[in-house]
Amino acid sequence: MKRLAWTGSLLLAGSLTAPVSFAQVSFDRILNANKEPQNWLTYSGNLSGQRYSELAQITPANVGNLEMNWAFQARSTEKFETTPLVVDGKMYITQAPNDVIALDAATGRTFWVFNYTPSTDARPCCGRVNRGVAVLGDTLFMATIDSHLIAIDATNGRPIWNVETGSAKAGYAMTHAPLVVKDKVIVGVAGGEYGIRGYIAAYDARTGKEAWRFYTIPGPGEPGHETWSGDSWMHGGASVWMTGSYDADANLTYWGVGNPGPDFHGNDRPGDNLYSDCVVALDADTGKLKWYFQFTPHDVYDYDSVQVPVLADMEWKGRNRKIMLWANRNGFYYALDRTTGEFLNGKPFSTVTWAKGLDERGRPMRIAANNPASNAQRIYPGPLGATNWYSPSYSPRTGLFYIPAWDNTHAEFQDAPADYKEGKNYTGGVLKNYGAGIRANQVLDRKEEDGYGVVRAIDAKTGERKWEFKMADLTMSGILTTASDLLFTGSREGYFSALDARDGRLLWKVSAGGDIAMGPMTYQVNGKQYVAFAAGSSLFAFALRP
Amino acid sequence: MRSILIATMGAGLLLAQDHAGFSPGQDTEAGAQLFFANCSNCHGVDGATVPGVDLGRNKFKTASTDEDLMRIVINGVPGTGMPPTNLPREYASNIVAYLRSLVVPTVFNGGDARRGHDLFTTKGCTNCHRVLGTGSRTAPDLSEIGSMRKPKELEQSILDPDADIKPNNRTFKAVTRDGATITGRVINRDTFTFQVIDSKERLLMLEKADLREFSFSEKSAMPSFKDRLAPAEVADLVTYLMSLKRMDSK
Repeated sequence: MKRLAWTGSLLLAGSLTAPVSFAQVSFDRILNANKEPQNWLTYSGNLSGQRYSELAQITPANVGNLEMNWAFQARSTEKFETTPLVVDGKMYITQAPNDVIALDAATGRTFWVFNYTPSTDARPCCGRVNRGVAVLGDTLFMATIDSHLIAIDATNGRPIWNVETGSAKAGYAMTHAPLVVKDKVIVGVAGGEYGIRGYIAAYDARTGKEAWRFYTIPGPGEPGHETWSGDSWMHGGASVWMTGSYDADANLTYWGVGNPGPDFHGNDRPGDNLYSDCVVALDADTGKLKWYFQFTPHDVYDYDSVQVPVLADMEWKGRNRKIMLWANRNGFYYALDRTTGEFLNGKPFSTVTWAKGLDERGRPMRIAANNPASNAQRIYPGPLGATNWYSPSYSPRTGLFYIPAWDNTHAEFQDAPADYKEGKNYTGGVLKNYGAGIRANQVLDRKEEDGYGVVRAIDAKTGERKWEFKMADLTMSGILTTASDLLFTGSREGYFSALDARDGRLLWKVSAGGDIAMGPMTYQVNGKQYVAFAAGSSLFAFALRP
Repeated sequence: MRSILIATMGAGLLLAQDHAGFSPGQDTEAGAQLFFANCSNCHGVDGATVPGVDLGRNKFKTASTDEDLMRIVINGVPGTGMPPTNLPREYASNIVAYLRSLVVPTVFNGGDARRGHDLFTTKGCTNCHRVLGTGSRTAPDLSEIGSMRKPKELEQSILDPDADIKPNNRTFKAVTRDGATITGRVINRDTFTFQVIDSKERLLMLEKADLREFSFSEKSAMPSFKDRLAPAEVADLVTYLMSLKRMDSK
């Protein structure tokens, strides 16, 4: 651990007209975040991952009166993937790669900037991005692309502690917003493309001392180690790069785990490769594994299962059950019992050709010919998946689960051997006729049969599609729903849209002029509800015209 | 489909590269495959999606020599979004060769470029196509077509224009709610709109909501020249078109 020299700049703190005030964010407040919908206290709004808000000032009837109240322009050309937190009128965002900025949530004016310069050893595979901070008490927490976890004073932007969780030089990187559970800050690590050994780790929020660490690839002697061959477990990836969820009743924290490495070359790692492509349920105090469910055993397609676990309580076949909803990058939708991990239901939500379906335990029934070793088969979905890290949403009012999906994307996968070298690419194989990258082209030149973005609303219980909203280009935007049955989402085209969550009808849209690649959120200050989203290099806050 | 990846040479058309700027033995075809496997995810298929970099036009932030580029491909650029790869030098050199091939003038020996130029201007091509400021804009501008297509693909487009049409080169037809008919090419589009260049060379912005109907034709507006050109003339025309390379816009 090391103390940081403070490089932040205090801009407006202490101003006579806008004094900084700060209320302590206890874990009890986070646990009951739905009771204070004017705030947005975690990456997904609360600990259930639903990205659903009880705010209802903006309605289907008046959403057409939204107008921009303010914009914040980042000093970065990287993708703006952060979901802001809002605490009692103050907004906290990250500016790629790893600056933290406090804003006035009603005006967008900056209070302070904490500048952090990550090590030049940092090598995140797919952009120097960050998706936001966590808060506890009067402290913010940011995970960095050089694999550090930093605690920052939310009042003045001064760093408090800084711990290195893994070696940046070896490819360990962190891009997601941490999750606070009780007195701990929990993070996972990216770097699957570089042959890391993934982990989820918890740190004491006050001191930064590591409390527990769960390796997503079991070591020798641990259950599940037998699902790897030879030394393949040492560099098998299974990264963790999206924020988990938490169930207080079970005291379990749930995290999605990434694909095994080398991504497209499975011959050197025969077996299921646990706990890659799993959801793991960990005791939040100890990090001990309670249960796991593997979506894609022995993945050779890069189908990371890092999606945000969405927790919902509902009546299920005559009794109330605690459910986990999951739209996976592999193209299947799953409903699990989140207390036991039992598979309850599953079916494709997008075009799938690597498996013909799921068996009664939720295990995919593979189509043997459709894998990279069969030499460049066209396989659906492509390596970026039928969905990815973009947040889905669940509305307890409609009972619908809303998926930011890609359909018709595909690729020809070709197997090739890979040798591990520290910090070097370790994907094994090539992709052909693969036109869907992680950034949008400014001009769209694609047929629908080569992929499009779509919001798919499915019945959370049955997986049946209820409605869809198709886009011309792909989408990397998360989805927000509200208690007034509004659904907000963006697109690569730069449109930010409001749909009727009940039937998918377009109610309002604005062209924001840049990729929207983050999870939208909503909050309220001085009686006014705002909806915030980022497009291109800017963050926008919209509210109703007076 | 990125047919650039799978092009093979047609009968009677021989590809010879002028290797100015890189060493013999570097394989641009292999480099193209490696580019689409390793680079296009972030850089885009045309190499232009990362701000400040346009690989297709050889606009780089810091690199100038082939060795600079190979070092960046292999080691990445510390402190930026460009990560290191695990590619051997030979593979990296193929990627560099591919990038250089997009701007380095190519001598295609299948025919005579001067005769091809004459054919281009006398056989009606400029009624629809434009090269370096001359000709119509209704069909794609071909000023840089030699960087975008392989000889076999150009030959196919001349003899069998319907065989493989890029999405934005399809013929678009729309009828507005007040009954006006618009034909042309959709040069960009999104969920709600089309950006069109119409048959009168006008740029139009069309809201889908304002259209009574619209459709794309998989048939090319271009006639086949199979019975209008002799094989030697096709080779001349392809040779001319292959000489039209991307201009460095520095």
